[in-house]
Amino acid sequence: MENKQTPLGYVSFSVFAWIVGLLIFFPIFWMVLTSFKTELEAVSIPPSFISFDWTLENYVEVQERSNYFKFAMNSVILAVGSTLVGLVFAVTCAWAMAFNPTKRTKDALLWMLSTKMMPPVGVLVPIYLLFRDWGLLDTRFGLIMVLFLMNLPIMVWMLYTYFKEIPTDILEAARMDGATLPKEIIFVLLPMAVPGIASTMLLNIILAWNEAFWTLNLTTSDAAPLTAFIASYSSPEGLFWAKLSAASTLAVAPILVIGWFSQKQLVRGLTFGAVK
Amino acid sequence: MGAIRLEKVKKTFGTLDVIPGVDLDINDGEFVVFVGPSGCGKSTLLRLIAGLEDVTDGKILINGTDVANEAPAKRGLSMVFQSYALYPHMTVYNNIAFGLKMAGESKEVIEEKVQSAAKILNLTDYLERRPSALSGGQRQRVAIGRAIVRNPAAFLFDEPLSNLDAALRVNMRLEITGLHQELKTTMIYVTHDQVEAMTMADKIVVLQAGRVEQVGKPMELYNNPANKFVAGFIGSPKMNFLGGELAQKRDCHEIGIRPEHIAVSTESGEIPATVKIAEHLGAETYLHVEADGLGPMTVRATGEIPLGEHDKIFLTPEQDRIHRFDAHGLALGNS
Repeated sequence: MENKQTPLGYVSFSVFAWIVGLLIFFPIFWMVLTSFKTELEAVSIPPSFISFDWTLENYVEVQERSNYFKFAMNSVILAVGSTLVGLVFAVTCAWAMAFNPTKRTKDALLWMLSTKMMPPVGVLVPIYLLFRDWGLLDTRFGLIMVLFLMNLPIMVWMLYTYFKEIPTDILEAARMDGATLPKEIIFVLLPMAVPGIASTMLLNIILAWNEAFWTLNLTTSDAAPLTAFIASYSSPEGLFWAKLSAASTLAVAPILVIGWFSQKQLVRGLTFGAVK
Repeated sequence: MGAIRLEKVKKTFGTLDVIPGVDLDINDGEFVVFVGPSGCGKSTLLRLIAGLEDVTDGKILINGTDVANEAPAKRGLSMVFQSYALYPHMTVYNNIAFGLKMAGESKEVIEEKVQSAAKILNLTDYLERRPSALSGGQRQRVAIGRAIVRNPAAFLFDEPLSNLDAALRVNMRLEITGLHQELKTTMIYVTHDQVEAMTMADKIVVLQAGRVEQVGKPMELYNNPANKFVAGFIGSPKMNFLGGELAQKRDCHEIGIRPEHIAVSTESGEIPATVKIAEHLGAETYLHVEADGLGPMTVRATGEIPLGEHDKIFLTPEQDRIHRFDAHGLALGNS
């Protein structure tokens, strides 16, 4: 396919892309900026951009008021835990669908994905009641299960796309070489799918890290991750924008850094198989 | 030891009969080639023997034991794939060693076997490389190395040379034949290339639509094809098939004459013809002619023959080399 672009078209396209990029980035930029203001300056109109007294007092206060590291540790455990559990199920599931497809494989995949279209709140009551009866409320285990199930369709779908690109011959060669099914998957399939698995894991860690609906509804303190940490700054004594911004910045910083360093891998993973 | 026997082996995909029922005996140490046009079921038959496909019905006996329901690895066979199917993330050494590792061999045994296979296949200098850093021929050798180290009852080759260029293909053909002479292990080799079949095989199995058309030594198939299909498939250029008066005279429906069994003359002969295209190869000349009242024919003459387009010639088939076929295409014996 030939793609001819005039210089003017190229420039206007670039300008447009930058505008979109800045628009998307602006809230994050504003949040970080606000976190360095005093509460008074945070709500002042007109808002000040650079010319204000930069202060770290919000961060200090946030540290004093709540244990950031406890929340952050919960976020890490939930995000990584649900991704690892999900991987075990998704790899086996995607293997079956990619290498032993039936007439209904495509339908099954679509059906799995369609569960993502259902609003989570629709199943909040049954899941809450189950959690209460099984004593899973405010436990990391319970939340890992929910997050893993929530993201499983996406993991299966992504891995399926990857596995489809791996020649069946190689797996058959392993079978001829005497590899049992688990060995075939561990020694041959997985090493060949490393890029795909890495981007699947990254995306799921990000999704699980950012997940706020279930984490807010099913936790109170013990298993509460950073989403709950942010939320705890939004209510009872009115809104404190600067402190809320400081808490939010602390909460999104780790995942933002991970995302920044792995963006190449992520883009590759998400567009894999799209162009061939 | 690797004698393989197929008894009424059947394979259906849904309602499609890919292999309607094949009986075949392969002796220990034999080099057997499955040959046929694409889609004839030769690869499927090989995969059934390998265990990569399940048989619908029938028995596969290796050294007398029915393995039709055994896993591929339990059959003691090695396979070389068309795409080489090397493990891209492993070095050549680990590619060759993989089967031994899976079998739980000790490090020393693995080292010894890999080194000796590498020596046979001239791969010693490449053991630390990844497959992506090798040429097509080297990759093919790694694939063969992976097959040898397991000391299998039989080697299965699935069109192993079709990804190589012409010159390399001739080379590898000789190497594989040499390997067979050295190892004396049973080999089953699938190809659509009748030249490979003729040059390599002890025994050729010609397949069409999942049925065995004929089994025999290369020259048996060449000299006494059982039917029109085998006659046309074995030999290059293809055999000429002529009907009409020439056939009636010989009391059959159709006759077949190989291009190399026709004498060319500019003065007299049995069949008058006009040259359409002459291909001069130096050692031989291919004449594509239009025989009067009979249609197009191909003639292969030895040496250089100074003929060109529109030249009138006469063709005389060697009488004892004429094949006769009945209305169903079955051979009636030479006239």
